[in-house]
Amino acid sequence: MTQITHHLDDALLMGYSAGTLPEAFNLVVATHISMCDDCRARLGAFDAVGGAVLEDAGTVTMDMDAAALLDSVGPQKVTPVVSKPSSDIYPQVLMDYLGPDPEQVKWSKLGMGVRQAILKTSNRASVRLLHIPAGCEMPDHGHHGTELTLVLKGAFIDEQDRFARGDIEIATEDDHHKPVADDSGPCICLAATDAPLHFSGLVQRIAQRWARI
Amino acid sequence: MQPDKMTENTKWVDCMSRISAERDRASFAAIFDHFGPRVKAFLIKSGSSVSMAEECTQDVMITLWRKAEMFDPSRASVATWIFTIARNRRIDLLRKERRPEPEELTWGPEADPEPEELLGLQQESMQLVAALATLPDKQRDLIQKAYFGDLTHAEIASETGLPLGTIKSRIRLALERLRHNMKRNEI
Repeated sequence: MTQITHHLDDALLMGYSAGTLPEAFNLVVATHISMCDDCRARLGAFDAVGGAVLEDAGTVTMDMDAAALLDSVGPQKVTPVVSKPSSDIYPQVLMDYLGPDPEQVKWSKLGMGVRQAILKTSNRASVRLLHIPAGCEMPDHGHHGTELTLVLKGAFIDEQDRFARGDIEIATEDDHHKPVADDSGPCICLAATDAPLHFSGLVQRIAQRWARI
Repeated sequence: MQPDKMTENTKWVDCMSRISAERDRASFAAIFDHFGPRVKAFLIKSGSSVSMAEECTQDVMITLWRKAEMFDPSRASVATWIFTIARNRRIDLLRKERRPEPEELTWGPEADPEPEELLGLQQESMQLVAALATLPDKQRDLIQKAYFGDLTHAEIASETGLPLGTIKSRIRLALERLRHNMKRNEI
């Protein structure tokens, strides 16, 4: 495992554990946890809170009893679902969202060398892969709502910090940042937002309407 | 720390290993009788209708029966594991969304967690139930609301007031041993 220095925060872990995040956020959280055993352990602690809430939730009598239920299902066991294995860039959970051939992600141009691929999730939030050439700037944008950016390959730097594989940046409405892919090579990120991004420039605003972001 | 509660948690763990090893119906019935009504109550409090809660709880219990060997007592209590299954079914049924999950890690057929690690984790989980019960009403209410799905991500106050540090460290340790074991099996 790589050395990860930027982790999920408690609110995201608790929301993921409680099952209330939009699917797009769940995908980013699950992808980070696939790469980070620290956050996997922290999630385990929040799941334990869920277990405690369940123990404490009171009881409502079941209509069916255990024996009848077992008789109704018979003896067969489930055959495990075979998922695509991880690639060097995409953890297993992400592979399922990339279509039949994950090596052939359908990128579309976003301008200034940046490419994106929107992944299909429920529409409470959106998630996409971003491909940013080395040294290239991401379009300058402010935020409404929350934006999660997880690095899968390469690294980016913003005003404060460097984010490499496995690192996640959590940006809120107050942040107005200008990330740049560093010189180590192209940077691939998984980015989710629960609100449309707002770009500063006019050209970018027009581009935005075409690019669906 | 109540000793009878401690025994209760390890009793459920024993039931799980008998289901996994021998398909023991009596152990399943014991777990079903304790947790079934709790899962049903939990789902109703999460906004499910009574009939859907019944159906969903039956699904949860069938999943437990079929996937018993996936349960890892060094990382979760039986209550916690059942909670995660119920949560996923709720997302399926009520929201009709996919739930992306990190890949599952298992010990494989030959290895098992250390007994003292397992006991420690079970003990911590019990203490968490006790700690939740003694929180001030307002704080306890917020946590319950979050887990019943009544709060959005922005409304969640992640400061729970619960002692989660030790339980996290124990799970972290179990994961390290598990990773080590997985690596050894690859060679």
